[in-house]
Amino acid sequence: MFSKMLVLRFPREIVDKPIISNLVRNYDLTFNILKAQIYPRKEGIVVLELCGNQKDFKRGLQYMKDIGVRVEPVAQGIRRDEEKCYQCGACTAVCPTGALHIKRPEMLVLFESERCSACELCVKTCPARAMIVTFDKVLDI
Amino acid sequence: MATVQKTYQEINEKIRKGQAVVVTADEMVHIVRKKGTERAAREVDVVTTGTFGPMCSSGAFINFGHTQPPIKASKAWLNDVPAYAGLAAVDLYIGATEPTFDDPLNKISPGNFDYGGGHVIHDLVAGKTIRLRAESYGTDCYPNRHVELNVTLEDLPYAVLCNPRNAYQNYNCAVNLSSKTIFTYMGVLKPRMGNANYSTAGQLSPLLNDPYYRTLGLGTRIFLGGAQGYITWFGSQHNPGAPRLASGVPAAPAGTLMVTGDLKQMKPRWLQGTSFQGYGCSLAVGIGIPIPILNEKMAFHTGISDEDIMTQVKDYSFTRPEPLARVTYAQLKSGAITVEGKEIPTVPLSSYVRAQEIANLLKQWIQKGEFFLGEPQHLLPTVPEDDQSVLDPSRQESPPLA
Repeated sequence: MFSKMLVLRFPREIVDKPIISNLVRNYDLTFNILKAQIYPRKEGIVVLELCGNQKDFKRGLQYMKDIGVRVEPVAQGIRRDEEKCYQCGACTAVCPTGALHIKRPEMLVLFESERCSACELCVKTCPARAMIVTFDKVLDI
Repeated sequence: MATVQKTYQEINEKIRKGQAVVVTADEMVHIVRKKGTERAAREVDVVTTGTFGPMCSSGAFINFGHTQPPIKASKAWLNDVPAYAGLAAVDLYIGATEPTFDDPLNKISPGNFDYGGGHVIHDLVAGKTIRLRAESYGTDCYPNRHVELNVTLEDLPYAVLCNPRNAYQNYNCAVNLSSKTIFTYMGVLKPRMGNANYSTAGQLSPLLNDPYYRTLGLGTRIFLGGAQGYITWFGSQHNPGAPRLASGVPAAPAGTLMVTGDLKQMKPRWLQGTSFQGYGCSLAVGIGIPIPILNEKMAFHTGISDEDIMTQVKDYSFTRPEPLARVTYAQLKSGAITVEGKEIPTVPLSSYVRAQEIANLLKQWIQKGEFFLGEPQHLLPTVPEDDQSVLDPSRQESPPLA
């Protein structure tokens, strides 16, 4: 089973198409939507976890690309400002996936972006405001 | 063998000659375990400590220089953060927790508190330009009623960090017994004890390494915000009478320090503005204190480990006033504690990584002969050692508020 956390950006022309339902019916993929939003200029954004066998996953991704959906891994849109982060660990209280966790006994606070579900709970929990989310900020499609 | 007795002068002479033996409080734990207190006292001259975490009772005195025509500032703002101007003409005090004047606070709860006095101090130290605005009612001698200036730390004639309560000796471990998430100065606390937050560096923490403040007082030279600073008085809410373990280590919030230092010498890495969702702004301060090993007792105290230091678990939702449990820092650092049969993930708010960095920096400074011990001229209030109120687990301590 192959699974990945993705950000899908839909241009306004296709925002009303049943794309995710097609992923299920035609490519045998399952999904878990974590976030979905349509912006004032009608572009849409969906953060989801997509699962399936690797071949279906690839075909599904190609289908989306062909009809104009821009697909990015979540990790690309979330990063930590290493200058600001002072390694306290406050973020680990709210991180639901363990992407932010403490390595013991060193007490290092680590961020594994591949495990991040883009919930953004850490953003305001971090006292230093070191977590930077960019995937839903700029929409130029 | 004679008992070990060293003076500040003797240790400083060793530092001058590059012969002082300096170790961090982490290293001292192992040395005392291996060699015992007597040998450790003989061999080690200074133990360095460190802590880095939000310390709300912090701020800076600033003099912004006389303007032409002169102004007696009665109200002032730095990057729109109000500063206290009820001092002489162009003297101000900027407090760490003051939010910008137009911050929405908790009107939509929990508020974000993105920028405040702590951030102003950080920006100053980082060399950034700050917009200073001052208003006055005008006098014959100070006719100006309004000034606006762009200033940097370099431009300011005087800037002194002066924190009336820092480096709390031990602190509560916070949980939330209620059914709603609460937003506190101890961070986000999830309902039904979803997490347990603590904020002390444990065995590295300065005041836990000198529990009776035998080497701490006015004139003790310290690492403060990346520069050399001083303990200038005991801090507000200093409470040496808190319950203590048999080792002398308080098992609840106890001593505090007032510290002072030249802001112009400090580094942005060690003074960082912080925002606590739903609570407010603050300043994370880096403090390190060298503990001179004057005798065997100081070796014993600095040799204390996370297993030997306890704190109380407190409910921050006002559901239950009494402490729920006592836990060691070794348990807190392990990642989970068990309270009333429930395993709770622990969350540090104080950076152990940065605390270690401070203890190591201070160690290097002393080894290089760049930092000498300051002999305290007036020790902090303390309690007699033989007369200590050894911890009675049934005794209920009410927590201090931050």
